Amino acid sequence: MKIDMSYGSGGKQTGNLINEVFLKHFNNKTLNKLEDAAVLNITGKIAYTTDSFVVTPLFFKGGNIGKLAVCGTVNDLSMMGAAPRFLTAGFIIEEGAELEIIEQIAASMAQAAKEAGVRIVAGDTKVVEGNGGIYINTSGIGEIQKEGISISNCRPKDAIILSGNLGEHHAAILSHRMGIENQIASDCAPLYSIVKNLFDENIRVHCMRDVTRGGLATVLNEAADQSSCKVEIWEEALPVSAPVRGFCDILGLDPLYMANEGKMIAVVPENQAQKALQAVQKSIYGKNARIIGTVMEGRGVTMKTRLQGSRTIDVLYGEGLPRIC
Amino acid sequence: MIDQVIDELKNYDGRPVKIMEVCGTHTSSIFKNGIRSMISPKIQLISGPGCPVCVTPSAYIDKLTEYSLKENHCVLTFGDMMKVKGSKMTLTEAKAAGGKVKILYSPLMAVAEAEQNREIQYIFAAVGFETTVPVYALLLEEIRQKKLNNLKLMTSLKTIVPALSFICENEKNIDGFLSPGHVSVITGSKAYRELADRYRKPFVIAGFEGEHILAAIYEIMTQIKKQRFEVKNMYASAVTEEGNQKAAAFIKEYFEAADGFWRGIGIIEGSALRLKEEYGAYDAESAEEETKEDMPIGCKCTDVILGRINPSDCPLFKTVCNPLHAVGPCMVSPEGSCGIWYQNS
Repeated sequence: MKIDMSYGSGGKQTGNLINEVFLKHFNNKTLNKLEDAAVLNITGKIAYTTDSFVVTPLFFKGGNIGKLAVCGTVNDLSMMGAAPRFLTAGFIIEEGAELEIIEQIAASMAQAAKEAGVRIVAGDTKVVEGNGGIYINTSGIGEIQKEGISISNCRPKDAIILSGNLGEHHAAILSHRMGIENQIASDCAPLYSIVKNLFDENIRVHCMRDVTRGGLATVLNEAADQSSCKVEIWEEALPVSAPVRGFCDILGLDPLYMANEGKMIAVVPENQAQKALQAVQKSIYGKNARIIGTVMEGRGVTMKTRLQGSRTIDVLYGEGLPRIC
Repeated sequence: MIDQVIDELKNYDGRPVKIMEVCGTHTSSIFKNGIRSMISPKIQLISGPGCPVCVTPSAYIDKLTEYSLKENHCVLTFGDMMKVKGSKMTLTEAKAAGGKVKILYSPLMAVAEAEQNREIQYIFAAVGFETTVPVYALLLEEIRQKKLNNLKLMTSLKTIVPALSFICENEKNIDGFLSPGHVSVITGSKAYRELADRYRKPFVIAGFEGEHILAAIYEIMTQIKKQRFEVKNMYASAVTEEGNQKAAAFIKEYFEAADGFWRGIGIIEGSALRLKEEYGAYDAESAEEETKEDMPIGCKCTDVILGRINPSDCPLFKTVCNPLHAVGPCMVSPEGSCGIWYQNS
């Protein structure tokens, strides 16, 4: 069944959509009350964030827009040292969208939320004219577990840990859009388990960032810039799977600038680097983690190349599209 | 072996040498591998005209933007054409003004698009060097086979060898050429023989790994030292003496040589490929080539394309010209010399 404008009227059909799709899957006491706002019990400091998701295709190898919408916000909270607790979800649905698709997306969101330990406690649905597109906004609240974790907190001699292979989400989406058949799946995943492992091992984490749009290069530049330090990474230490490497070679893409949805960096004191690496690797989402570089006095980001040359790494400009020659 | 090559290139202390890499992918790989940091400062690597987007004339962009704003018309293009300025606007600006422009990842996606929306006239912006042309020929085959009358090509296709000939004739201080890898797959190594003989310069074809490029630079340096000026194919896994004859024949079926206008340079004889007259039905007025073009004030893209200066020598570089606000065409594309230099230096 297709969504038409009446589903956004606020009347009977809106009610059906909320009850039979969203409440059915998100099911929790706070949401089920259908009040104007969720009333929450929170003690201590919170982290609070929002993100919007407009990805096409809606479904791709390794995930869909719903899983992405939960993981994206959960990960932003986690990177501030917060345990994710509550999410809101706003849906903007273009007429023509299939109800069945919306239900699949909602089911994925529920599953991702369960894994991440958050509850979706408030929501909103709007229907607009269009051609079957679906857009999701999520906002989230997390309870701060450790304070002082910041992108401006990297210090000389810190080690930089990357939680796993680069470029998988970007390559999966691009493969889908270009009609290229391969086995590359998006890495979309909630990362709090990694953060929790680091805290449980009493690692003094200085900075964490999920490596999303703009890729590792952009994140490292932000860290170097905000912390007034220099970052050096080592090409040989960067984990990239063989299929993604091949995909990049063919299209002239650079994994350093490709988007990920389940990767993070953790910047930790040098003397805790090995212990921190093991903690990250204990999570199923950190199995391929590596120590990829170090923080130094100075400015900017450089990479020691495989051939021991030195390369300057700038932020991403433009869209990172495939080269044509 | 590679250590010895690096060692010798690092410690070179002879006369200053200028080597031009012609292909944007080589420029990119030189940065990615940190090659400049591994060789003597006396070996200067300069970037040539290896970006098809950068040398596309502004009148071509103007025609595309006009088409995009016409009722029931839609322009199909690669992403990096979006930001190139015509005399009035870019395709991005035309899109914001209500024009219909769609970014494609592969030319063959144009066929599906045109099949689905028969009422829309599609104009495909076919830009590129020899490497991309066979795919455009394939696209034309599909268009003909499916009898699609709502998909036409507006071509701005260039060939590298005439451009190299122009550079050799006009820029005497270049000592050797790192010949393009991908283009050579099509043309074969024989394409450079006449140039090497006539201008007495080494032409070395290289692959794209750091080792390939270092080995090719080493070969050029060795030839210069021994006063040899030869074509050497060091990318034998992909490039043959004769080239890809099937692709070349395919190109010949649909396209013929014509004089080409290169933004920043002007007309280079025989350096364009245009659709043959018998395929005029698939041509969206590509033919009108311009004869002169004013470059933006202060912009040194001409000198960059001809290898006279490095992008960082241009006074606008990183001051007012950057990838987000490109003044000259070489900054627009991530394949352009200035764009690559900005991102990596």
